Amino acid sequence: MIRIEHLTKTYATDGHDRCVLDDINLTINDGDIFGIIGESGAGKSTLVRCINLLEHPTSGRVLIGDRDITSYTGKELITLRRGIGMIFQNFSLFQQRNVLSNVEFPLELQHEDKAKSHARASELLEMVGLGDKGSYYPSQLSGGQQQRVAIARALANSPKIMLCDEATSALDTMTTHSILELLKTINRDLGVTIVFITHSLAVAESICNRIAVIDAGHIVEQGATADVFKNPQAKVTRELLGMEGQVLA
Amino acid sequence: MEWFQSFFAQYGTLLAQGTWDTIVMTFVSTLFAYVIGIPLGVLVVVTASDGLRPHHALNTVLGWIVNIGRSIPFIILLVALIPFTRWVVGTSLGVPGAIVPLVISAAPFVARMVEQSLREVDGGLVEAAQSFGASSWQIVCKVLLHEGLPSLIRGVSITFITLFGYSAMAGTVGAGGLGDIAIRYGYQRYQNDVMFATIIILIVLVQIVQTAGDHLAFKLDKRNR
Ligand SMILES: Nc1ncnc2c1ncn2[C@@H]1O[C@H](COP(=O)(O)OP(=O)(O)OP(=O)(O)O)[C@@H](O)[C@H]1O
Ligand SMILES: [Mg+2]
Repeated sequence: MIRIEHLTKTYATDGHDRCVLDDINLTINDGDIFGIIGESGAGKSTLVRCINLLEHPTSGRVLIGDRDITSYTGKELITLRRGIGMIFQNFSLFQQRNVLSNVEFPLELQHEDKAKSHARASELLEMVGLGDKGSYYPSQLSGGQQQRVAIARALANSPKIMLCDEATSALDTMTTHSILELLKTINRDLGVTIVFITHSLAVAESICNRIAVIDAGHIVEQGATADVFKNPQAKVTRELLGMEGQVLA
Repeated sequence: MEWFQSFFAQYGTLLAQGTWDTIVMTFVSTLFAYVIGIPLGVLVVVTASDGLRPHHALNTVLGWIVNIGRSIPFIILLVALIPFTRWVVGTSLGVPGAIVPLVISAAPFVARMVEQSLREVDGGLVEAAQSFGASSWQIVCKVLLHEGLPSLIRGVSITFITLFGYSAMAGTVGAGGLGDIAIRYGYQRYQNDVMFATIIILIVLVQIVQTAGDHLAFKLDKRNR
């Protein structure tokens, strides 16, 4: 379980503080595919990056299981991050490493035995459907294939949590669909809790069991996906659903 | 043809020795300039305000060192460093005497180029590595230097070529090499044919280094697959 309690994040820009996240409270249960939805600049990435401390909260707590991770540094922080996989909008694959070596990267960081990490990486590539592409370089793959490699890499440490920041935003509809299916399989078969950022409600609807809508640093709505879609409460949610026009008309 | 034969009979050994001295001077200087320049460049990137370990004071001092080093014209550095050079290698003459000022003048230049190459590396990759629990040291070695390699190689050929030029200047204070030959024969004895030959050799050397460097950088860059 991931619990976020009274989390705020302010950035000091040009001398004055700007509040980017304000008193965020969220609970993400084990096994969830939890959607975080909002418009550009709402604070989605910042929020999710607080979960693996790529961003440090200004105040408030983040609990994973029952441990407050907010103050983690050094070894503790590294161990924490190993337990949380992450994938990105533009894949962030190492361009000078081949596919296999990209997937081995998290294991290489831990000085894992070469033969073992090789076997693990091959197994993961098989799972994401790229078993024959190990010796390719990222520049030789399509966007969808690159994201599959990134998913395999994120799973190398057998994490219990996976953070996806706009993981399908750079992909076309068909490819998006196949990546979503893969993530669902991972969630179901490996029991990985997924936190999924998107600005697309259609994508959220097809993959998330629960969602939170964030607007200008505030959570304006959260609940089971079906409920939120059926009966959106916040103005932003209705706007995102394209319903605001109808309501006015 | 006959003219060539007699020219080579007379100056062949001299030019060959000069070419060899120039290559040795440049190669050794480039090597040591990188031994100093890589850590310096890495430190500048790492301690920058958006770096892995921001450290304002250290970054400012490093910036000064690099800029001061780059703002002293080589020819002045060459003369000013003579006592220091004597202290380090025991002489300010010949190939060893030239290497010290060449390294001192190239190191800050190399540091800046290393900095540039590392800054070109996509910040998203650093972030990805961090998300897998990479330490700062691992990020420097396994992400920045590794992903920046093709760009670093291009920097090496630029340094090498710049040092060719500098080593010729070092020739004026008795460093040996092609510059020394050009000055002694061409300038002091008005033997334009010798001077011309040194120029041709330098042009050829520069072309070879540039082509080889570009080729290697291209071959190594996996983005070109
Ligand atoms: N390092 C930073 N310094 C200052 N402001 C920042 C920083 N990072 C993010 N912000 C600001 O915080 C706000 C939220 O940014 P964030 O990246 O979390 O938004 P987002 O919801 O992920 O948007 P997008 O959909 O465009 O990715 C933005 O207004 C942004 O300008
Ligand atoms: Mg974002």
